Amino acid sequence: MLGAARRQLGSGPMLGQVLRRLRPATAAAADAARAYSAAAKEMTVREALNSALDEEMSADPSVFLMGEEVGEYQGAYKISKGLLDKYGPDRVLDTPITEAGFTGIAVGAAYQGLRPVVEFMTFNFSMQAIDHIINSAAKSNYMSAGQISVPIVFRGPNGAAAGVGAQHSQCYAAWYAHVPGLKVLAPYSAEDARGLLKAAIRDPDPVVFLENELLYGESFPISAEVLDSSFALPIGKAKIEREGKDVTITAYSKMVGYALQAADILSKEGISAEVINLRSIRPLDRATINASVRKTNRLVTIEESFPQHGIGAEICMSVVEESFEYLDAPVERIAGADVPMPYAANLERMAVPQVDDIVRAAKRACYRAVPMAATA
Amino acid sequence: MAPWRAAAMASSQLARRAARRLLSSQHRRHCAAPACPWLLGSAPPVLAPSPVAAAAAGDRRGFCSVRRFTGESNAAAAAAVEEAENGLVAGGDQQAIDFPGGKVSFVAEMNFLPESQRERINCYRVLDDDGRTISGSRFQEVSKELALKMYSEMVTLQVMDTIFFEAQRQGRISFYLTSHGEEAINIASAAALTIDDIVLPQYREPGVLLWRGFTLQEFANQCFGNKLDYGKGRQMPIHYGSNRLNYFTVSSPIATQLPHAVGAAYSLKMDKKDACAITYFGDGGTSEGDFHAALNFAAVMEAPVIFFCRNNGWAISTPTSEQFRSDGAVIRGQAYGMRSIRVDGNDALAVYSAVHTAREMAIKEGRPILVEALTYRVGHHSTSDDSTKYRPVDEIEHWRTARDPISRYRKWVQGNGWWCDEDESELRNNVRQELLKAIQVAERMPKPPLAELFTDVYDEVPSNLREQERLLRDTIKKHPADYPADVHI
Repeated sequence: MLGAARRQLGSGPMLGQVLRRLRPATAAAADAARAYSAAAKEMTVREALNSALDEEMSADPSVFLMGEEVGEYQGAYKISKGLLDKYGPDRVLDTPITEAGFTGIAVGAAYQGLRPVVEFMTFNFSMQAIDHIINSAAKSNYMSAGQISVPIVFRGPNGAAAGVGAQHSQCYAAWYAHVPGLKVLAPYSAEDARGLLKAAIRDPDPVVFLENELLYGESFPISAEVLDSSFALPIGKAKIEREGKDVTITAYSKMVGYALQAADILSKEGISAEVINLRSIRPLDRATINASVRKTNRLVTIEESFPQHGIGAEICMSVVEESFEYLDAPVERIAGADVPMPYAANLERMAVPQVDDIVRAAKRACYRAVPMAATA
Repeated sequence: MAPWRAAAMASSQLARRAARRLLSSQHRRHCAAPACPWLLGSAPPVLAPSPVAAAAAGDRRGFCSVRRFTGESNAAAAAAVEEAENGLVAGGDQQAIDFPGGKVSFVAEMNFLPESQRERINCYRVLDDDGRTISGSRFQEVSKELALKMYSEMVTLQVMDTIFFEAQRQGRISFYLTSHGEEAINIASAAALTIDDIVLPQYREPGVLLWRGFTLQEFANQCFGNKLDYGKGRQMPIHYGSNRLNYFTVSSPIATQLPHAVGAAYSLKMDKKDACAITYFGDGGTSEGDFHAALNFAAVMEAPVIFFCRNNGWAISTPTSEQFRSDGAVIRGQAYGMRSIRVDGNDALAVYSAVHTAREMAIKEGRPILVEALTYRVGHHSTSDDSTKYRPVDEIEHWRTARDPISRYRKWVQGNGWWCDEDESELRNNVRQELLKAIQVAERMPKPPLAELFTDVYDEVPSNLREQERLLRDTIKKHPADYPADVHI
């Protein structure tokens, strides 16, 4: 749908880009108005992230934000809106365009006791800084035997947006989740965004915080408890977004929404799906996943990322190790296509999981029972 | 990089930002203008401060603050943009343009900047080859006590390197790396700092740690990876680190410590500490992207950090002629808008004086400084290297003897009547004895216990690691004979 809108609006690809890039700003204004209207108990993910940053910066003077365009421009996606005015240029730092530079500098500042929040314009660009994330941030506490802790958050949009091609669309969840020393979080809703970002900033370890551009403008119901400034979610705990008894669907980030849509469709056909929002990719909440599989006996894993060595593979292995005898059907893995993301809207759609794919996989898992005798 | 960087130029904000940048750069130019004795080469022409810059100066609070135009109306911003776009300086003067960064003169000749200056950047030195102070040389006075401490630490470092190197050759430790030929850089730079200054080393600066009070036993414990090693036996030899002594754990990837130092310096600045960060690297390290990133960021962030380049001629087997075509590292400081100095790295007094002054400027003026010390790596790169395979033995011998920093400094100390041959043999003998004992103790000390395999991956040991440890312990219990006896359970 976004692709179609772009084609109607843009007379050429360049103009299309301009319009698309301006969209978040206008959306932000509308979202803010809605979030602050008296009756509404809804909040966008953008507002959730912004308020979490604001509150944590207010609570702890050692927290600061740095990255490209985070200050004057208020963030490429307006996540840092208003923070420069509130906290000043010493704590909201617009940096020169060198990912390796500002990431290294933030790691050094964390070594020395500050709590930096580093914004990548997209996690694709974090590849230019990955040495500092892996070799320095993730390993320093261990290599220094606890002498150098690195309380830092790396955050920004991750995974596929719409119409931005291979170098803006990759999901890095599996990459970072591979590394001991890092914690990797992937929020879905406004509650996730607030609770997990606040937890990440307070955490003594380096945290990779994977947001999703397409979720920024999405609104979610939000409770008074979540709005409280002391609110934080535990790192390493998944959330059962929807209870069910026939099949377990695991997902993170934007795919949680798709899984919930799929569960709605499945329920109309008499299949009760349990949807697990992973929230934390590392540590992975193996207990919640396995408990669910032991109840439903069927598992479908969803991820936007490439299939090989991915999150689904890890979840599958966990279930094989801990709950193999409870499985009544082969595990189904839905992942992005094993190709760099194509730009053309029709091809792009085919390269990322769709709700229909999830519905079909769940049905396959439910209708295809493997008799225990066959495996014996 | 990103297509939307170009796209974003369409934003209405951008015009205002252009105007802000103009103001900012004018301000910066005028800040840098006062004549400064440390500037290399000819000083830039002093420009009359404009009223705009003066106004901007009032708004200055910290990093980037002058970029902001708080409370300015759109109309005023638009006017500023128009002025900026017209570009030409008012008053009919067509010979210069007021451009972000300062006034630029127009000339009729088409002049490409030459690839190098006619003469290489000169090198600051205090002591001549015979250890006598060069007449007219200005340097930081050192007391007898300080001078002798510097000398004895230089000798200690040399003896320590020799003995640990031998220990590696005997197979007692897996790896070692000496600082031979760079003792003056190590000790004199350390002596010019205070303990509150943060050190982010490469790996050829153990002398800085020695100066700060790391004992020979502590060095030995790290090299042998025993249970008293502050790194819990997790890093290969020479990767020392000490929280107590503000010395960050050595990091193997080249030049990553440079941006870290800028971050640490920024933290010191935020906390308004009377201290700076210093980071060391070799000539080879200047080729890393991190070198560029760190120097550029330090200049822009006005971070109190000293970049200390040990230009020792060789990056393992790569000579500087294959490393860069610039006049070493020192020339690059100016390109980043940073004061820089080239110093004789084998002259302890020159290194001491340069770092002492660099530190004062860094802290008092909130700015980074680049120091390039010319020296020579007299030893092999590490115990994994045989440098006679790629460089002439004569060259090594020349630097080891005729240009040895310890001998030169000793001549000066001895010339002052502060030192004699008996002191020398006593010192060397004592250090040797102490080291041999430290090695014996370190070697006999048990290795870190099994539990330390799992700690410090995170601040708290997570459940999956607790589970792994439990499984490992169960397995060891079942098969005690199959597990090495030197792993304490």
